This record gives sequence, structure tokens and C-alpha cells, in this order.
Amino acid sequence: MNVVPLWLIPALPFAGFLINGILGRRLPKWLVTTVALLAPLASFAIVLTAISSLLGPEDGPSPFPFVETCPFPWINAGALRIDFSFVLDQLSLVMLLVVTGVGFLIHVYSVGYMNEDEGYARYFSYLNLFLFFMTVLVLAGNALLMFVGWEGVGLASYLLIGFWFQKTSAADAGKKAFIVNRIGDVGFLIAMFLLLANFGTLTFTEVATKLGMDPGWNGGVVTVIALCLMLGAAGKSAQLPLYIWLPDAMEGPTPVSALIHAATMVTAGVYMVARTHVIFDHSPFALGVVAIVGAATALFAATIGLVQNDIKRVLAYSTISQLGYMFLACGVAAYSAAIFHLMTHAFFKALLFLAAGSVIHGLGGEQDLRKMGGLWNKLPVTFVVTTVGVLAIAGIYPFAGFFSKDAILYAAYLHGINGKILYSVGILTALLTAFYMSRLWYLAFMGKSRSEDVHAHESPVSMLGPLVILALLSISGGWIGVERFGKFLAPSVGARAAQVGGNPHMELYLSIFAVLVALEGCLIADKYYRRKPERPARLAGALPAGYKLLANKYYVDDIYGAVVVRPLLGISKFLLEWVVDVALLGGLAWLLGGIAVFTGSFLRRWQSGNLRSYAAWLAAGAAAVLLYLLFPWATAWADSLNFILKAAGH
Amino acid sequence: MNLSQEVPLSWFLLLSAALFALGVIGFLIKRNLITVFMSIELMLNGVNLSFVTFAHQWHAVKGQIFVFFVMLVAAAEAAVGLAIIIAVFRARATLAVDRIDLMKL
Repeated sequence: MNVVPLWLIPALPFAGFLINGILGRRLPKWLVTTVALLAPLASFAIVLTAISSLLGPEDGPSPFPFVETCPFPWINAGALRIDFSFVLDQLSLVMLLVVTGVGFLIHVYSVGYMNEDEGYARYFSYLNLFLFFMTVLVLAGNALLMFVGWEGVGLASYLLIGFWFQKTSAADAGKKAFIVNRIGDVGFLIAMFLLLANFGTLTFTEVATKLGMDPGWNGGVVTVIALCLMLGAAGKSAQLPLYIWLPDAMEGPTPVSALIHAATMVTAGVYMVARTHVIFDHSPFALGVVAIVGAATALFAATIGLVQNDIKRVLAYSTISQLGYMFLACGVAAYSAAIFHLMTHAFFKALLFLAAGSVIHGLGGEQDLRKMGGLWNKLPVTFVVTTVGVLAIAGIYPFAGFFSKDAILYAAYLHGINGKILYSVGILTALLTAFYMSRLWYLAFMGKSRSEDVHAHESPVSMLGPLVILALLSISGGWIGVERFGKFLAPSVGARAAQVGGNPHMELYLSIFAVLVALEGCLIADKYYRRKPERPARLAGALPAGYKLLANKYYVDDIYGAVVVRPLLGISKFLLEWVVDVALLGGLAWLLGGIAVFTGSFLRRWQSGNLRSYAAWLAAGAAAVLLYLLFPWATAWADSLNFILKAAGH
Repeated sequence: MNLSQEVPLSWFLLLSAALFALGVIGFLIKRNLITVFMSIELMLNGVNLSFVTFAHQWHAVKGQIFVFFVMLVAAAEAAVGLAIIIAVFRARATLAVDRIDLMKL
């Protein structure tokens, strides 16, 4: 394979980050824009050249996995050696395409969206920093380097959520995202420690080899490692029970929500599970947990999404729900389906977020669905692309979401008895998804405008361009089909699991059923929000408890607040502030001070200021020394003093 | 003439001790700064006397050299000390030791 300088892929955005981060405020705006856009574009171009190297003869030797290792080891201690090594294989190639491709489109979009913002250069330097860490995460050949990227994207996410840090809610949301992610990171760290202890290596391929050589690795410690990895993935990919940070993360600028909290960073958990799939494959229990967490999250988040009124929060809960689908796919060992959905989801969710950003931009910052309505003729392009996005996420043929969601549901259906339950949850979620996305569509674009002082205006070309491209991808992204996609990914994530009892007819029937369910969801939304707009309120009135439960997001934030945050704060307040700080440290300081004051109250009488008194003490001291030297027997007390001084180390 | 044969060594030492003791007592009880200062000179010379005594007794020239050093330092000290006394007198218009108590604020 002709050499592709892999290190350039992260290095270029990093250079962009340095230039815009250090000099950005002094550079003219066009230069900031050029630097910020060139970095991801160049990375994207490098990834494309990597693809072109694939276009050789099909039966030739596969260029993958292509490994690039820094000549100097990173950590070299005894038997442990960890390198800066980048690996390009089918899996990381797909991820890189999504990250740099969608990332570049969102950079372009941001030029229009953030045009008026004071922190223009700061924004783009953060965005480039994010791309740097994300590409490191994707390319990493070992868990530790992946962890660097993992933490780095968390940092970039924190910086960008709190981008408008003057707003308390934004600063708080940034902190929340960072802290909740720490909980997941603990899992990732423990998994790495266990990997080191049991396999002596963190390199993914070596772990896979060692696992493959010894059939004895089943359950036990492998399960613990897999569960710890899953905890990390749940933190980063906003799964139960750590999903709570993602809805709050919507405080950031909308393109950030599209890039980090929909298309790329939050999929890092799915990517990590696929990357370490060998470990999961050796632990059916852990896989079961992954599947259950995924299915539960998908349904749970979808139900909350039904009643949200903030356009971005609807999308946030739908992201959590779709990530749940991906984990569901991982849990039934259909990794290629998970990555397939990851890719199509990146297209249509980025599209939906950017379209929502276009709506918000057009309405001068309004995010409340209840104050929108009738926007279809005021924002025609946004309207069309949103329609595409809604159809794609709802899973209507032939849009991208249909193919990937169908692949996941089919894989779940074939996964034994439990798979049928997972399938039912998935189908129910699909119904809810179609409903709440159509609800968003009706509330925002259909009906009459519900706000008088709205002077909606369509967004500039720099924002519409990426929208159109993403819309085209959302239509066509799935046409490759999961069969070919799975075959392409097979060297990285293993062939699609043997599909016992599967046949083309069944797949077709299930697909038709899924589309019908999705259409049903759209029709219900049509009935509720177009034909009988008074129905939702009546339903909410009829089921006040249920509505309140959903509107308050199952009180999960409140429960966490009461069970985790408040006790923690209380303990900190009591133990750390009062016991340790005030009582122990403060007490020690007061004690030392007290001793000094007490002894000083006696000793200071010596310091009379009277010259003759000093002279007298001097003479007395000299006399005492003389006495001691001349008559040791008469000064036994001085011996004991001497002894003490010796003991003290003199 | 050998002095030590005519006058016993202890006499020199007793004189030396007496001079030193007089110096100490004068230093402690006198209230005039100049007298105190003179008492210090007395102590130094008491010490000097015992230095030369022992130097003579043991035929060691080191003791004599010490005496020269002491005299040298005493001369320097006298110059500095008198200058300080003059400065103190100008500032405080008194030489009473008990009233020069600014070392404690």
C-alpha cells in the first residue's frame, strides 16, 4: 500500500487549533476561517487517498490493517511497551470518513452560524481541537492512546458545551458533562488495568490474539473487563444510567451539538465496543448487558422525547435513543450493523441538528417548538432537508435510516428468544421515533405561526450547502446495504453472526412491517398535530401522572440529585469542609499558634528591651557554661539536656 | 629574671579574674553608657592578662598573638562604640542605659 501519512490526519487539525487558539484574536476573520476549514478538509483528503488505495485488484493483498508506529516508545517499563501507534483498518476508515467528512461540513456550516459571535476564533480552535482528539481516538492502536483521545474529546466537549460560559446554565452543563463522563472513564481505566494485569498489553490486536489462542478465556475476568468497558462506553455514548449529561449539553452552539453530541463523539462508545469486540465476544453475559442497556435506553429516551418542547432537546433524546439502537446491535454481536447505523445516524442526525440550527438562526434564537409553526414557506430549504432527515430517522424506505435500523432489528430478531424481546422493544422505539420526529416536523413547519414577532429568514449559503449535502447523504447513505457494508467491515469486526433461521423472505416481511410501523407513527403524529391539534393537550389532561412523569424526564435528574449529588455534597461539606478543613487543618494551625502564643507570653518577658537585663542574662549564661565545663558532677541536669539534644539528632 | 619564680602564677590569674569580675560587675550595675563601655575594656584586659600569663608559663607565643588581636579588635570597637555613643547622645540627649530601651517596641 502506498504510504498514507496517518499522523497527518490528527496533526493538521491540531495545527489549526494552535494557530487559531494562539493567534486567532489577532488574525483577520477570513484567515481564521481559512485555517479552520483547511485543517479538516486536508484530513478528509488524506482519508480519501487511503480509500483510493483500496481500489486496486480485489484479490490482491489487503492493505489493511495499515499500522503506523512512532519510532520512539511512549512507555517502556520492563515488559510493558506502549507505542504511539495508529491503525488504519476498515473500521477506523469508516469512522474517519464520518468524523472528517461530516466534521468538515459542520465546520463550513459554523462559518455562517457563528459569524456574529465574538468568540469566532476560539470556537474554531476548539472545533479543530475536537477533531484532533477524535481522530486520535479513532486511529489509536492501543487502549491507552485511545484513552488520550477519549479524554481529549471529553475536554473539547466540555469547552464547547460551555462555549457561552457567561450563561450559568451553559457553564453548569459543561461541568455536568465532564463529571458524568468521569464516572464512565473510571470503568475504562479499570478495564485497562485488568487488561494489563491479565494480558500484559493494551494493543488491540495483541489482546485479540491472546484471547484467540487460549479458549480458557471465557467469562470471569473477561466479563469484568467487558463490563468496565461498557461502563466507559455508556458514559461517553450517553446510555443508561449515565445519559443525563447529553440533554443538558444542548446549551452549546447548535453545530457543536451536531458534530459532538450527535454525529461523532457520542458514537465513540459504540466504536470502542466494536474495536474491542473480541473481548465482548468472549463474554455472552457482557453482550447481554450491552443489548439490554441499549434496548432500555432506546425506549426510555424515546418516551421522554415525546413531550419535549425544546427542538434541540427532542433531538438530544432521539440521539440517546438511536445510540441505544447501536448498543442493541453490538449486544447481539451485529457490530457491522451498529457501525452502519452509526454512519447513517451521523448523516441524518447531523442534518437534523444543523436544520434545527438553521431554524433557530432564522428565528433569532428561538428554540421552543410551541412558538414556531408555519415555517415551511419561510425557510423552504430548511424545510425540505428537515423532511428528508425526519423520513431518514423514522426509517422510511429508501432513506438511509431504513437500511441501518432494519439491519439492527433483523439481527435482534434472529438472536434467539431474548432477541424477540429486543426486537419488540426496537420496533416500539421505532414507532415512538417516527411519532416524535413527525411531531417536531408538524410543530415547527406546519400549521400557523404561533408567534407574532417572528421575522423568519432563510440561512446563508454556507449553512445551506452542508445541509443539502447531508440531506443527499441521508437519502443515499444506506444504499450500499448492510450485506456489502458488513462484508467490507468483516476483517475488523468479524463476519455477521450466523443467522440461524433467517431467510430473505423473513427479512423482507420484517422490513415491510418496520416501514408500516414507522408510517403509523407518522400518521398518529399527523392526527394529533394537524387534524386534531387539541388532542395532545386532552391526552395530557387525561393522563396527568404519565404526562408529568415524561415531562419531568422520569425524575432521573432529581433522583440522582437526591441520591448521589446531595449526599456527596453533604458528605463533602461535613467531612471535607468541617472535619478535615476546619477541625483538622484549622485545628492544627490553631494549636500550633496557641502553643507559640502561650510560650511566648512567658518568654517575651525576657525581651525586656533593657540593656542591662540582656547583659545580666548573658553573664549568667556564660557563668552556667563555665560551671558546666569546670564541674560536670555538679551539673547533672545539663547531661540530661545533652542527652535530649543528641536524641534530637545533634 | 624569671618572674614566675618570684611571683606565683596564681597571683597573675587572680588579678586577671579580679579585673574581669570588676568589668562584669561594672557592666551590669553602672548606668552611664560610657562607664559600661569602659567596663568592657576592663574585661578585655583581664582576659589579656591571663593570655600573656599562660603564654609566658608555657613558652607559647600563640597567647601573645591573641593579645595583639584582642587589642586590635578593642581599638576598633572603641572607635565604633564611641561613635555610636555620640550618635545616641545626639538623638536621645541622655547616656542613661535604662532609658535607651528602644530595642523593644
